[in-house]
Amino acid sequence: MSNHITQAYPKSAAIRGADDWAPTASLEHLKARAALLAAVRAFFAARGVWEVDTPVLSAATTPDCHIDSFETLYHGPGAGAGRRLYLQTSPEYAMKRLLAAGSGPIYQLGKVFRNGESGQWHNPEFTMLEWYRPGFSYVALMDEVEALVRSVLPIPAADRITYRMAFLRHAGIDPSLATTAQLAEQCAPFGIQGGADVDDRDFWLDVLMSHRVAPALRGGPPVFIHEFPASQAMLARLLPDDPSVAERFEFYIDGVEIANGYGELGSGRETHERLMTEQRRRKRHGGAAIAVDARLIAALQESFPDCAGVALGVDRLLMLAVNASAIDEVVAFPIERA
Amino acid sequence: MAIVSTSEFKSGLKVMFDNDPCVIIENQFVKPGKGQAFSRVKIRNLLTGRVIERTFKSGETLETADIVDTDMQYVYGDGEYWHFMTSETFEQYTADATAMGDAAKWVKGQEECVITLWNGKPIAVTPPNFVVLTITETDPGVRGDTSGGGGKPATLETGAVVRVPLFVDQGEMIKVDTRTGEYAARVKD
Repeated sequence: MSNHITQAYPKSAAIRGADDWAPTASLEHLKARAALLAAVRAFFAARGVWEVDTPVLSAATTPDCHIDSFETLYHGPGAGAGRRLYLQTSPEYAMKRLLAAGSGPIYQLGKVFRNGESGQWHNPEFTMLEWYRPGFSYVALMDEVEALVRSVLPIPAADRITYRMAFLRHAGIDPSLATTAQLAEQCAPFGIQGGADVDDRDFWLDVLMSHRVAPALRGGPPVFIHEFPASQAMLARLLPDDPSVAERFEFYIDGVEIANGYGELGSGRETHERLMTEQRRRKRHGGAAIAVDARLIAALQESFPDCAGVALGVDRLLMLAVNASAIDEVVAFPIERA
Repeated sequence: MAIVSTSEFKSGLKVMFDNDPCVIIENQFVKPGKGQAFSRVKIRNLLTGRVIERTFKSGETLETADIVDTDMQYVYGDGEYWHFMTSETFEQYTADATAMGDAAKWVKGQEECVITLWNGKPIAVTPPNFVVLTITETDPGVRGDTSGGGGKPATLETGAVVRVPLFVDQGEMIKVDTRTGEYAARVKD
């Protein structure tokens, strides 16, 4: 009899799960999120950095060939035929326009969106903390990142190591001297499948970074990896006394990338060149063309303070704070339940 | 067969890899904030059982494998092949020793097994979790010793050898866990 009832019950409902409506994060973790956001705001209030709130929808987005932006169409006054807008992948361009307008030190806490990114440490919509410090060097900004994180997370003092030293120590290869073929050979144990860009040096560096260097940092103290190769400078300045590397850093806690910061490139002309280079790279990888943000370039050309800026993943910081093993444990409704 | 890209990879997905049918047992999305995204995948080869790790660039594809698990009854063995029959359509399938693997140790006839078919051919046989078999040979039982400690080897009617408690006798039926190959209980009929 009971067997009969079990069979009559619709199978799809059982698979989907009766708790599909419920948050994947515990209320305790969601309260920890609220406390973390409050602590971040208090940290910046005490330092005279003010909170800004720029649009999530933007006519422009990054041409970064490894970042896939969500697109949507705006219909309404001024856009009868529909105007394409992107969901921001970071508030970088809008915040830089505020800096050009003379904002002084600013921070933003908000949602950013990256298509295709979902996994243990990724959700396509996530919370980013981004801030800019006029007058700060990228080295001084590393100090502030460390101070902020240590104010919310009981971690020991962070190590600082150059990208080159990190590779020598953990991947057994010199990223500045190795040939592309040598880098590829070092990646052989990972059995990279198909379409590997054999001529793309940065591709192999990325493989070693994510398969060798980052995992080797697990269990150790927090680490700032700085002075990234110029080919991965993005919008960071090149070091004045060594233009082969950039004023770019990443912050790792227990092997997890938490933040990415730059000594910001101030020149509109050079920023335009960098974005065009990324655009060409994007096309080589078969990506759709994305126009360079003319408003960003115009703002930089108008006036831009000497400054450093950084973006920090709030969800990951929270994961570390509550000892969660997956991002779903700290996000109320991840993409599967959004 | 269909083509699946890395974004459709998930554990349990059956795919063709190096010309062999495989199952994805773990898939991890790896991506630096700035830089190339990867899927780090653990794959079990369904023919050899070997597990390998590979990294796929995001967007790479694999062909799916035509793998179907079907419930079938073991009918008889002819010394070289094991013959199975589906309970609904009475279709017959034969499995060779490679496909049978350890399952050959546990079946004598009538058992409901799960047969893994690749392109309609049996490549693996999973016996029931528990089977009941008669002991054909073991040292005489020690009466009164029901502690289960120690134990002795016993040969079963299928030829399998399992460790049984000292009190179990030749001619008795026992229940065996086929997943571990261990004695589970004595069966009185």
